[in-house]
Amino acid sequence: MNQTDFEKKHQATWSAMEAMLEAGRKESNLKYFPETYQAISHHLALAKHRRYSTSLVQRLNHLVVEGHKRFYGDAPRLQSNFFRFIAFGFPQVVRRNHRFVNIAMGAFFLPGFLFLALCWTQSDLIYSLMGYDQVAEFESMYDPSNGELGRERQSDTDLMMFSFYIYNNIGISFQTFASGVFFGIGSLFYLIYNGIFIGAAAGHMARIGYESTFFPFVVGHGAFELTAIGLAGAAGLKLGWALIAPGNYSRMASLRVAAEDAVRIIYGSTLMLLIAAFIEAFWSSSSTVPVNIKYAVGFSFWILVIWYLIFVGRSRRAA
Amino acid sequence: MTSRHTLIDTNYTLEIPEGVDLTVDLAGPVVRTLAFALDYLIRSAIFIVMMIVSLVLGGNVGWAVWLLVFFLLSWFYPIFFEMIRNGQTPGKKAMGIAVVNDDLTSVSFSSSLVRNLLRAADAMPLLYTFGFLVMGGSKHFQRLGDIAAGTLVVHVDKETIDQSTLSVEPVPPPVKLTEQEQRAFVEFALRQDQFSEARQQELADIVEPLLKQQGPNLVKQIRGIGAWLLGAR
Repeated sequence: MNQTDFEKKHQATWSAMEAMLEAGRKESNLKYFPETYQAISHHLALAKHRRYSTSLVQRLNHLVVEGHKRFYGDAPRLQSNFFRFIAFGFPQVVRRNHRFVNIAMGAFFLPGFLFLALCWTQSDLIYSLMGYDQVAEFESMYDPSNGELGRERQSDTDLMMFSFYIYNNIGISFQTFASGVFFGIGSLFYLIYNGIFIGAAAGHMARIGYESTFFPFVVGHGAFELTAIGLAGAAGLKLGWALIAPGNYSRMASLRVAAEDAVRIIYGSTLMLLIAAFIEAFWSSSSTVPVNIKYAVGFSFWILVIWYLIFVGRSRRAA
Repeated sequence: MTSRHTLIDTNYTLEIPEGVDLTVDLAGPVVRTLAFALDYLIRSAIFIVMMIVSLVLGGNVGWAVWLLVFFLLSWFYPIFFEMIRNGQTPGKKAMGIAVVNDDLTSVSFSSSLVRNLLRAADAMPLLYTFGFLVMGGSKHFQRLGDIAAGTLVVHVDKETIDQSTLSVEPVPPPVKLTEQEQRAFVEFALRQDQFSEARQQELADIVEPLLKQQGPNLVKQIRGIGAWLLGAR
């Protein structure tokens, strides 16, 4: 069959397909979409085989590409997935990658505790890590002689701090994650660096006697924030390891497979950081809550987070 | 077209379940950089507007709004547009390219998130150096984010004009033509609007010894042969 006759014969089908692609998802004339799509795929194969003109092949190729997107590209429902993710998806993916999580937590907390102890006992070690201005600013934030005990903040300051914590902490977690693609080195660097920084600050606060202001402040949101940074680092390490030891895959394919789990860890980590930002902005600095309550709540959150990651979702089969 | 050597091209071919190969044109670093530059300008404009809004709101609320907007603009601007505009940020739309999954379906949310979070890695150490290096070495112009997410950036097909209805008298070819030669005549006939007349004449003169015509008549005869080969009688 020559090209002109071919076009005459099938022009109606092609126009129908174009109309269906223009129409939205809900139109009832999509009833014939599957068979039309299959027919046009067949036409494309014929057109290529019979060496019809480039413009015809391009036109049919375009129809099939757009039809292919519609046919196979329907996005899964987001709402039900969210609850499943919280209920068991997230803890399961954390446990599935426990090697990376353990290494990341180690790289974050061990240097942290080390420098906590060191800065607590050594008087000037903190100045090797931060400049005088930074340390002074830090100290003035938590000085117990600041007006009333603790810090009194207006609610709009709380709002600003909420935005700041989101901008700062989630940004850091994304950096920690993304830099893991450089064979994990970037993630390790950020984890160790942040761990040292936080540990040193905490140790210094204890050393100069500000523990009555500093520790109640951080214990509330620390469970969520510190764990989340560790998890972001774990996700980055997973990416890096995929490049170092791809197993049976090519390095590119290995990276892609690893990224599926890694991004799920990031979802959970970001949610935890949102919670942490909320607690940090609206609860941690409140001076009306007694210190003992803050410690109690803080320790409860730690138990909650650890229990959630270790025990929740075990009875369900992995997705 | 048979050829002893595989020619280099920027096509990406995928066999779909229907048994036919789909072809898309991959977008290279230049187009993507231009799209990025446009997006950067748009983001900066939004940023400046938001700064003014924040100053008007004043005080801590203004700061809150500004910080939040800055954070969202930095990380989520591309994700937002890739989700609601079929893989096209405004810059990409202007350049006629789009992000798709590597099975040629529209980009999914987790893929978009991965490829845009990994911008932090591609942008190192400065101005997307790693991104360019990886893109240059990759078979399908993928930067690190694209590789991890399994996405491609492709040219979105322009509307192809149907030019089969030719207003020219069909002429049977004087000799038997090979397949490649037939295609040459047909393509010449179909693309008559895309060449200048001088260029058409220049191409037509190649076949002059065969057809024994001159000037515009030669062009017309070649078109006629093309139309005949397409099936007009």
